[in-house]
Amino acid sequence: MEILVCAKRVPDTSENEIQLNSAGNDIERDELVYSINEPDNYAVEEALQIRDRIGGNVTVVTVGGEDDEEILRREMAMGANQAALLTDDAFTGSDGRGIAAILSAFVQRGHYDLILTGVQAEDGAAQVGGMLAAMLDYPFASLVNSVEVLDGGKLKVSREIEGGNTELNEIDLPCVLSVQTGINEPRYVGMKGIRQVASVPIPTLSSSDLGIDQNSVGHSAAKVRRVDYFVPALGKGAEILQGSHEEIAGKLIELMKAKGGLN
Amino acid sequence: MPRIFAYVSHKDGVPDDVASELLAAARKIDPAASPTAILIGAGPELDSACSQLTASCAEVWRIAGESFAYPNAELVRKALARVLPPGSILLVAHDHFGIDLSPGLSVKTNSSFVSDVLGIEGLEGNDLRLIRQEFGGQVSARVRCDVSSGAVISIRPGAFPPQTNPPANGIVVDKSSDLGPLTAGRRYLRTIVAEAGDVDITRQPVLVSVGRGIQEKDNLAIAQELADAMGAVLSCSRPVVDANWLDKSRQVGSSGKTVKPKVYLACGISGSFQHLAGIKGNPFMIAINKNPKAPIFQVADVGIVADLLEFLPELTTRIRELRCAVR
Repeated sequence: MEILVCAKRVPDTSENEIQLNSAGNDIERDELVYSINEPDNYAVEEALQIRDRIGGNVTVVTVGGEDDEEILRREMAMGANQAALLTDDAFTGSDGRGIAAILSAFVQRGHYDLILTGVQAEDGAAQVGGMLAAMLDYPFASLVNSVEVLDGGKLKVSREIEGGNTELNEIDLPCVLSVQTGINEPRYVGMKGIRQVASVPIPTLSSSDLGIDQNSVGHSAAKVRRVDYFVPALGKGAEILQGSHEEIAGKLIELMKAKGGLN
Repeated sequence: MPRIFAYVSHKDGVPDDVASELLAAARKIDPAASPTAILIGAGPELDSACSQLTASCAEVWRIAGESFAYPNAELVRKALARVLPPGSILLVAHDHFGIDLSPGLSVKTNSSFVSDVLGIEGLEGNDLRLIRQEFGGQVSARVRCDVSSGAVISIRPGAFPPQTNPPANGIVVDKSSDLGPLTAGRRYLRTIVAEAGDVDITRQPVLVSVGRGIQEKDNLAIAQELADAMGAVLSCSRPVVDANWLDKSRQVGSSGKTVKPKVYLACGISGSFQHLAGIKGNPFMIAINKNPKAPIFQVADVGIVADLLEFLPELTTRIRELRCAVR
């Protein structure tokens, strides 16, 4: 099975405090630790496991710039067969629709049975996979938490729905799935593995390579644009207990006793 | 002004609670809006849900068909793409069905898409001004969406309080015949109900809940000791289940359990809306997190900025001392 995984390099929220820059039009990006978007990493692991069960190839693709190549290399160290970087100044400022259009052009240059994305990235939009599927006229399932390959060009996939329940579906190939975290246990990637793929060439493709009209993507074509960022003020906020750990623990115990927290 | 529609899910003949929130959101876009609800389904359950919506919508569009007995996002998408007038704004709940439906629908209707919206500042010309969150709620973003060719907007459940409006005495308009045959590459098989865990966290008055901040599986013992000392039960947020450190039955959140304790002690939980959506009944919430900017501090009653691995054992020791003194 030929599997494509669409991945994104994002600021790692478990490693960073996200703060606004002084102009308020972006987050402060200096010194941020970036990594592969966590759900995308689960998607790559799922692709590798399917390939290892039934054979085939796994390709990882991203839309971005030079800096984004590092996640492609990381996923190759995990075991992906190949990678591609879709990069062009004309892609800058694309909205979700633009990113999906760029990926769609890439998909149409090759032959993929299965396309995976992570369920969402740092912007929480959960949009590119569903858009890509609609552009390709492929069936789509979101929030996928297990994949079983059936005979006859079909998959059995389960989706995570409310209350911890799962919804079982049959879906025709080729299709697009957005993968939920927890679907598997992504393998560890060590420095040694990264070094082994350090010099593997990763092809880059531009808008002309992909046959994309530059006016159809990027900032000028984006119908959805971020104006600025601000820090939300929800509710009154917590009363922050101050003092030594011992003092705080004492205050907290009094509060919990009053509220029925100690049984 | 574009015409505004709300896609309303329903179950067992009852519209989803989010319906009234979608209508409230529609009136944030246009205070004079008379949003049209669209319901898709089959049988008497659909009719019952439609007639209930006529109390709050002047017009309810009904699309009936046996293939809609269970909502299949691909079929619903195709149906909506056929019936929606060009240039419409469609509001959808940002839930597991909306996530399945909305992005592809925006492509098929050639309209703009913004997901998980929790604030609407209004319409200026063709620009709809919206507010959403990024980075797990650590920052909010103002977004401008060009609605000149319509839009699909998914709305975060709980973000738009329902309003009371005069009874609409609306009508149900059947749109089923506009469809023609529809096929889907995805077929619903069945729903698997979550297995019960060893404890039922939904019935516990006091929960000690751990998140990513616990760092390692071995550190769970620290939280378990605190829970034991308090007479509480251990629950968790999603990353702990994803890492297989605790069973899924212990997960609080929109994809886990909905809990309603009296006291909720959130340890190393950042406070994503998916997690907070699983906490009901306004418990006394205590948040312990080493990141002072964690969103959980905005909703907690009491906050402690500390390293869990240092603070939790201290708290456990103090509670044990108290227990001994009482005895």
